[in-house]
Parts: sequence; structure tokens; C-alpha cells
Amino acid sequence: MKAAIEVNNLVCQYDNQTVVDGLSFSVRQGEFFIIIGPNGSGKSTLMNAMAGLVKTAQGEVKIKNKPLPAYSQKSLAQTIAIVRQQASVDFPFTVSQVVMMGRAPHQGLLGLEKEADVGAVKEALAFTDLQRLADRKIHQLSGGECQRVFIARAICQDPEIMLLDEPTAALDLAHQTRIMDLMEKLKHEKKTTIIMISHDINLASLYADNLLLLKEGRIVESGSPNKVLAYNVLEPAYGCNLLVDTNPVKSCPRITLVPASYLEKSKD
Amino acid sequence: MIKRISIISIILLAVLLLTMILGVSVGSSDREILRVVNAILHPESDPMLSAIVLKIRFPRVLLAVIAGSVLSLGGVVFQSILRNPLAEPYILGISGGAAIGAILGIIMGLSRFPGVGFTAFAGSILSLVLILYLSTGHSLFQKDRLLLSGVMVNAFCSAVIMFLVSITRDARLHNIIFWLMGDFSTINTLQASILLLAIIPCFILIFMLSHTLNLLSMGKESAQSSGVRTRLIILVQLVTTSFMVSLVVGYCGLLGFVGLVVPHLMRTRLGPDHRVLVPACILGGGAYMVFCDILARTLPEQGEMPTGVVTALIGAPLFIYFLKRSNS
Repeated sequence: MKAAIEVNNLVCQYDNQTVVDGLSFSVRQGEFFIIIGPNGSGKSTLMNAMAGLVKTAQGEVKIKNKPLPAYSQKSLAQTIAIVRQQASVDFPFTVSQVVMMGRAPHQGLLGLEKEADVGAVKEALAFTDLQRLADRKIHQLSGGECQRVFIARAICQDPEIMLLDEPTAALDLAHQTRIMDLMEKLKHEKKTTIIMISHDINLASLYADNLLLLKEGRIVESGSPNKVLAYNVLEPAYGCNLLVDTNPVKSCPRITLVPASYLEKSKD
Repeated sequence: MIKRISIISIILLAVLLLTMILGVSVGSSDREILRVVNAILHPESDPMLSAIVLKIRFPRVLLAVIAGSVLSLGGVVFQSILRNPLAEPYILGISGGAAIGAILGIIMGLSRFPGVGFTAFAGSILSLVLILYLSTGHSLFQKDRLLLSGVMVNAFCSAVIMFLVSITRDARLHNIIFWLMGDFSTINTLQASILLLAIIPCFILIFMLSHTLNLLSMGKESAQSSGVRTRLIILVQLVTTSFMVSLVVGYCGLLGFVGLVVPHLMRTRLGPDHRVLVPACILGGGAYMVFCDILARTLPEQGEMPTGVVTALIGAPLFIYFLKRSNS
């Protein structure tokens, strides 16, 4: 399988402080790839660098074997879509208007809708089960519905690679699984490469083909959930007490946090 | 979309034309619309009325249309880029910077066009640069920092304007004060036409970029990932808007809150799509300003009041209302 994204010796800095420190890895086309790691480990900066939104100090990012700077802003947008955590819209656009904005990289300057664009919007709304909300104002939706709208907008962009920065943060359990199921469906039906940042290790374990664990801008471990979500890898990376066993549903690693009070009681 | 834009534009153009006819019909000389229309169509039938309408009232109405269109459009652009429905050129200090430049031009004895227009543009660009400099941190064009910087620059501009007014001792003082509060009475048809020719390309440019305003209203990074060259587009929009606003301020003085009232009304009625909003604000803003000017001419029993007083009397309470509503 060809690489969708290759990152070679990538270094990113803010105010001379290194946030991403010499990362090298690749993501295959059609892979569900999840980046995990403690706060401040450089996950979002890495994602922004992969999307060409931040300047890199060193190294390179290749999208489909072509260096990132070789892409124009528009052709990059035709290849990569981004869904951010808690994205917002300041004016009362309707759901279908927001989703239609995903077609911008495929349209002219005025964004005039053609039949193909209308069809793409309908398809994206159906894919995310949002048809009944199409004419609702985006402000009137719940957090989970909003997140689905932004995913529909990204789907409408018709990208080969989708980057998602904590799309399930602040969502309840039902909405979390709904979003993750949606991503899995996207991967299987549209062969889209999914690269996601997540703080939920159990969700990552359930859905990811491969994981990348970062700490302080460096790779701690990468590979299959079984390889990355091992006790001897997670415990030093996160610095907290945890238990790793097997998820009874999918036979993947399951992580249980262990409160300090429980350990103290065990000692007594 | 084209059909919707066309229908709305035709309706608002009709409203604008009707308001303009009303605008040229209202004056101390004659108030009969049909006689005025007849004097325009057949100047030989009533040469006196025809001369009054075409040489005095029409340029004034045309300037009001241009001012209303530019300031409303300025409001739409700033609100979208700053992602804040309370932003407009007056509140941000762009108009204030242009006013300082214009006053300096008047004090130096420059002509209104191109002299005062040029100094006003220089003033507005300096204001813009100052606002951008103050708001530049990690990320340029940060929403709240830019608005706060604009409010600070506006306060500073107001102080400088007061200083300049206080050190002006001769007859120019009266002109400056009346002009500052919004005045359409000093223009002739040729000047109004030149102004219109300078501003129409700006209207076209902003309309062509109106879809990028839609994308920008979802955030700079979101727009960038949709293929928009955000830095370039934002700079083009801000400089174009500042140019238009400074030309208008150079002629008409400070007309506050127009960029708040008209875009808000249009957004409420027509929705937030900037491809519709931009032409709607150009036409609707023009009609609104002519209406304000009619009030300024007819409300006082004798003489007239500056149009800026009317726009502020309508706009300031609305601003407070919007602010309260956005807080709640």
C-alpha cells in the first residue's frame, strides 16, 4: 500500500522552543491512524504541519509522495480536509450552507454551486445522517450534531486524507462512538485515510489500525494498538497508574486508570 | 445563487432609486415629487427647479448613496474578517484615522479631491497598520485582540481630532466641525462622479471575494484548509475597505454606526451569505443613508442638522441592543 503522508525528520518551533522534535513516520493510504500522547506533546502542531498550516523549522512532509510546498493552497485543500475540535461559525449559516462550503476547493472564486456540488452535499448529509437538519441554523444544534456537520463539510471536500483534531472531545459516549463509527465507515466506503488526534486511548484502541504515541515532541512508540498500548510503554509516557488488559469485544488492549487512593489502600 | 442575488439586487435597486427620487424631491424649494421628476426629464419646463435638483440636490444624494454603500460594505467586511458582528470601520478607528488625515488636509488648505482624499487614505492606512501591529501576537488577525486594538486606536484618534480642532482658530474650524459630524452639502456632480468611479472597482473586487468572506467567517485556519490564501485575501479586503472608507470620510466626515445597522438588518432578512450580503449592503446602505439625510434635512424647523447626528441617533441605541443581545 502506498504512503498517504510521509513525515521525515520534522522539527517545529514556537519562539525558539522546539515543539515537534525530529519526527519520522508514514501513514498508508486508507489507514485509520490515531495520534495519542499527553498534553503538550506536540500532537496539534504535528497535525497543523501535516496540513501546511504552520512553518516547519526542519524536515519535510510529503503528501502522496509529493513535498507539501509543491502543492498550491487549493490543490492541498482538494487532497486534505481538516476537522477541528470545537470548530465554530459566527454567523447563522444553515447546516447545508456550512456543508456546501466544503466544496470551495472544487469551485470558482464566487463559489457558485453546480449540480455536482449539490449532489455532494446531499451525499455528505446522508452519510452523516443529517438530512433532517439540513435547513436548521448551525447555532441551534447540539455539540455532537455540530461536530457531525463539520465532518460532513470535510466529506463534501472530497479529500483523500482527513485530519481530525480531537473530534470526540466534550461529546457524550453515544456521540463519541457515532463519530468513530462514521470515520470507520468513511475509511471502508470511500477509502479515505483518517488521521486523528485523540485523548481517549480506549477509543483509539478500538478503532485505529495504527497508533503514534508522542511525548515532548518525540515518538515514544508507533505501530499496532497491541504494540503501542502496552503497560511498559504507556506508564512512563503518561506517568500515571494504569492497568492494561484485553477488551472483551474486540480483543484489543483496554486501559483502566487506577486511582492513587486505590493503590494506597492496597498497600495498607 | 445568481438568480437569488439578481432578484434581491433588483428589489433593493428599486428601493434605492425610489429613495433617491425622494431625496432629490425634498428641499426648501419644492417638495412635489412629480414636478421634480418632470424637471429632471424636461429641464426646459422649469429651469430653476431643474438646476436646483441636478446641481445641488442630486450630487448631495449621490454622495449619500456612495457613503451609505461604502460604510455598510465596510461593516460587512470587518465583521466577517474579525468574526464579530459588532465591528465596523467607525468603531475600529479606521474612520477616525481617515478623519485625522482629512483634517490635516483641510488645515493645509488642500482640495477635497484628490488632496484631502489622499491624506484621509494615508490616515486610515496608518490606523490599520497600528491596529494590526497592536493585535499581532502569535497569530495575526486574532479576533478579540484586533477588535480591542481597534477600539483603542479609535479612542486615540478621537483625542487627536479634538486636539486638532482645538488648535484651529480661523474660519476653517466651523467647516471642520460641521464636516466631522457628517456633511453631504459640499460636493458637486463632477466630484461625486469621480468618487463613484474610484469606488466602483472596490465594490466589484469585494463582491468577487465575497465567498472567501463566507469561508473566513468560519475561522482563518478553516478558510485556509478550504484553499483560501487567507493572509493575502484579508490584506486585500482590509486595504480596499480602508481606501473606500477614507475617500468617503474625506468628503463626508464621520458617519458612525452605518456599518453596523445596515449589515445587521440585511443579515437578519437575507441570511449570512456574503455573496448576497455584499450587493444588498451596497444598495441597501445607499438607500439607508439617503433616508438619514432626508431626516437630517427635514427634522429641524430651520436649516438642517449633520447627517452623522441622525446615523448616530439611530445606530448607537441599536449597537447597545446588539451588544446586550450578544451578551445574553
